[in-house]
Formats: sequence, structure tokens, C-alpha cells
Amino acid sequence: MIRLENVNKAFGDLKVLNDISITFESGKTNLIIGQSGSGKTVLLKSIIGLHDVDNGAIYYNDRNFTELNHKGKKEIRKEMGMVFQGGALFDSLNVKENVKFPLDMFSTMSEKEKNKRVEFCLDRVNIKNANHLFPAEISGGMQKRVAIARAIALNPKYLFCDEPNSGLDPVTAIVIDNLIQEITKEFNMTTIINTHDMNSVMEIGEKILFISKGYKAWEGNKDQIFNTKNQALNDFVFASDLFKNIKKST
Amino acid sequence: MNLFEHVGKFSRFLLLVLSKPEKGKIFFSQIVREIHKLGINSIGIVVIISLFMGAVITLQTAYNMLNPLLPDYLVGYTTRESMLLEFSSTIVGLILAGKVGSNIASEIGSMRVTEQIDALEIMGINSANHLILPKIVAAIFINPFLYVLSVFVGILGGLAAGYLTSTVAVSEFIYGIQYGFIPYYITYSLIKTAVFAFIITAVPSYYGYYVKGGALEVGKASTKAVVNSSILILLANVILTQILLK
Ligand SMILES: Nc1ncnc2c1ncn2[C@@H]1O[C@H](COP(=O)(O)OP(=O)(O)OP(=O)(O)O)[C@@H](O)[C@H]1O
Ligand SMILES: [Mg+2]
Repeated sequence: MIRLENVNKAFGDLKVLNDISITFESGKTNLIIGQSGSGKTVLLKSIIGLHDVDNGAIYYNDRNFTELNHKGKKEIRKEMGMVFQGGALFDSLNVKENVKFPLDMFSTMSEKEKNKRVEFCLDRVNIKNANHLFPAEISGGMQKRVAIARAIALNPKYLFCDEPNSGLDPVTAIVIDNLIQEITKEFNMTTIINTHDMNSVMEIGEKILFISKGYKAWEGNKDQIFNTKNQALNDFVFASDLFKNIKKST
Repeated sequence: MNLFEHVGKFSRFLLLVLSKPEKGKIFFSQIVREIHKLGINSIGIVVIISLFMGAVITLQTAYNMLNPLLPDYLVGYTTRESMLLEFSSTIVGLILAGKVGSNIASEIGSMRVTEQIDALEIMGINSANHLILPKIVAAIFINPFLYVLSVFVGILGGLAAGYLTSTVAVSEFIYGIQYGFIPYYITYSLIKTAVFAFIITAVPSYYGYYVKGGALEVGKASTKAVVNSSILILLANVILTQILLK
């Protein structure tokens, strides 16, 4: 479980996050949605501590992350896995080495166990026969999947994904969404996903935080989102004719 | 940013870099890789430049010694002293600042803009330490060998040039390179080389590590890194010479 209490973040005069409070539960796919530039990435990076928040608190179960010193943060970070918006695979390492990297750094496994674990993770994201390819040699969708494999290598308690399926075709996008949801259930992780993809919202939106201009504008789940009275959310969800028509027909 | 802000930021950066590595075994294998990348890959350029510079110093000295009272062996002596004192440490340092420095700044810089550094941080790894300390240690270890190589090749170049143009007899030249030899000069130059090795790796890493933006900024950072590490090498050269040869 991850709980935010009145989180604020500004860059100079630009207030990006305003008083965000919410609880993200474990075993669920939690979505942060909102328009481009609304502050999703900044919020996610604040939760994981890549940005220091100006005030407010972030709890990992009952540990107040914002008050921890460097060492304490490091302990929690070993329980995190993150899939960055651009994948952020290490250019100088091949696919297998990328997934093995966190194991080399932090696990006490034998070489054989590590190789087995890497194989398992890559298998889990449906990557086959790509061990010796470098990130520049695989497609964007494969990069995202390898990034997911790397993020789950150490069995994280908390998984964060920044737009895991942006730039992917609809089929691959849904495969990745479902994959993340399955893994979340399987290992009872607390998963937070940034997205502006309405397909993802309807597919895996078990808990949804809608932010608009840095404010929490709405909170609910995918069943509630269709009948919302919230104007900003309505404008966001029913931006396309397709969704307008679906709404009319229901 | 003004100079003082840079000095403050650079000091904080060094504190991050100079901490204990996460895993000794990985640190060691990284050092081996960096020795290869920064050192072994630079042997070619060091050999070529040293060979030609040694030759040119010899020819210039020989053609400028118009006074017949000056003995020929002074040509060998001058070549040795030039290589030993200044060329093989400072000039080679400047050349490596260009080659190695731009390489490091763009490598670290592109890792920054593609969030690879964030990815390390989020795993609980001190990214500055993990990426940069192996480079600094490797350069401080391997560059003194490059220095020694450069001195030898330079003197060899001088010898060959003197012989091939019949300006200096081989026996005179060999007498000259043994004449008035002060071993401390080698210590002095090795100290300089080690300090330059630190500058060549730490300064470009600093510029790369704090890049903001995209590929364009990485290019700019790489240029800044080369210019500023070159200036720092020249500055350190004056200071170290004053301290060590006074
Ligand atoms: N490091 C930074 N320094 C200054 N301003 C920033 C920084 N990072 C983000 N911002 C600003 O914060 C605002 C929110 O950006 P953010 O990246 O969170 O948007 P987003 O919701 O993730 O958008 P997208 O869907 O396009 O990824 C933007 O106005 C952006 O310019
Ligand atoms: Mg974003």
C-alpha cells in the first residue's frame, strides 16, 4: 500500500502538484490519468523519490518515505521496480545483462539461480531468443517488455510504470496492460501506472486517480468513470467520437 | 552558473563519486573494462603523436644549434628533457582530454537524458559512484603507463629522425639522453600525469552527469567538458610545477 498525504511540488514558480492525497492498494492496478503536462510523471517521480516533494508525506505501508534518510530510502528502493516512459534500458548491456543487473547488484543468488531467474522474467514478458541483442537492436515494444522484466527481477513489492504502452500498437498495448495486471495479482504488488490511454483505463482501471492541472480532480474505478458528473473528467474520457458514441448507446 | 557555484556543485558531486562501491566484484570488473576503454584504446594515438613530436623536437634543436661549440649530444639531451618534463605528461594529457573527455561526457550525458541514471538511482544504487569512480581509478592507474610509453617512443622518434637525416650521430644522441639525468623529474611528471588523469575523467563526468534536456545538450556538455578540462590541465600544470620544482 502506498498513501499520499497533501503532496505538493513546484519547480520555481511553476506549481506542478497541489495537495494530492490518495491511497493506492496492493494487489491492484492503480492508474494515474490526465492530460499531457498535467503532472503525471512528476507525481510518479515524486512517489519514488526522484523528485523531493516540497511538503506532504508519502507512506510505503507505514513507513514515511519522505522523512527517511538516504539509507532508509535505499532500503525501500530495493523493493521498487520502475518502468520508465522511454524504457531506460542500459545501452551498454544486452537484454540478458539488463535483466540480470539488479540481481548482480543486490541478490545473494548463485550464478545458476540468477540465470534461471532472468530466464523466468524474460519468459514472463514473452521475450524469446533475444538474450544477446542490445537495446538499440530491438523494437520499442520489446524494449518496454524487457524493462518490465528488469523491474520485476528482484520481486518488487511496488511496481511503477510510466506510460508502459505509449507508442505501441493496440494489440501489444493490451498484452502489456494485461501482463502488468497479472503480475500485480500474482505477487500482490502495489502497482501504479501512468497513462493517458483510454483503452488501458477501461481494461485495467481498478483504481483511478484523475489529475488535472496538478490537482486531484477525481478518484474512482473504471465502472464509475462512465457515469461521472465531473466536467474535466468527462472532457478527458469522452474526447473521442468513439467514446461519445459508446456513451450514447449505453 | 558562476565559477563558485560550479566549484560547490563539483565538490558535492565528488562526495557522491568517492564513496564505497556497492559490490567489490562488480567494481573491479568495471575498472578492468575502463582500463581497456580509456587506456588500451588510447595507445595508438599516444604512440603516433609521441613518435612525431620526438622527431620534430630533435630536428628543431639540431637545426637551431648554430654555435659549433655546442656539442651534438645536447640534441639528445633536449629531446629527453622535453618529452620527460612536459610533452609526455601535459600535451598527452591535453590530447586525451579531447579523446577520452568527449567520450565520457557524451556517454554519461546520454545516460542522463534517457533516464538510465534515474533507473540506477531507483534501484538504490549511487549512480555517480557506480558509473564514474571506475573511470577515475582506471585512468589514474593506466595513464602513468601511457606516460612512460610516450617518453620511450618520443626518444625513439628523435633517435630515428637524427639518424635518418644525418643530423645527429646515434652515439651522440644516446650519450645525450643519459646526460645529466635527474630521476626526480620522472616522479614530478608521474604526479602530474595522475592529477591530469583525474581531471580528464572527473570533469567530463561532471558535465555529463548534470546534463538537462536532450541530444543537443549532450553535445554542448561534451564540448564544455573538453574545453574546461583542458584549461584545468594547463592551470594544474603551472601550480604543480611551482610546488614540485621550486
Ligand atoms: N524537471 C522539471 N523542471 C521543471 N519543470 C518540470 C520538470 N519536470 C516537469 N516539469 C513541468 O511539470 C509539468 C508536468 O509535467 P509531467 O511530465 O508530469 O507531465 P505528464 O502529465 O507526465 O505529461 P505526458 O503525458 O506528456 O507525459 C509540465 O508543465 C512540465 O513542464
Ligand atoms: Mg509523462
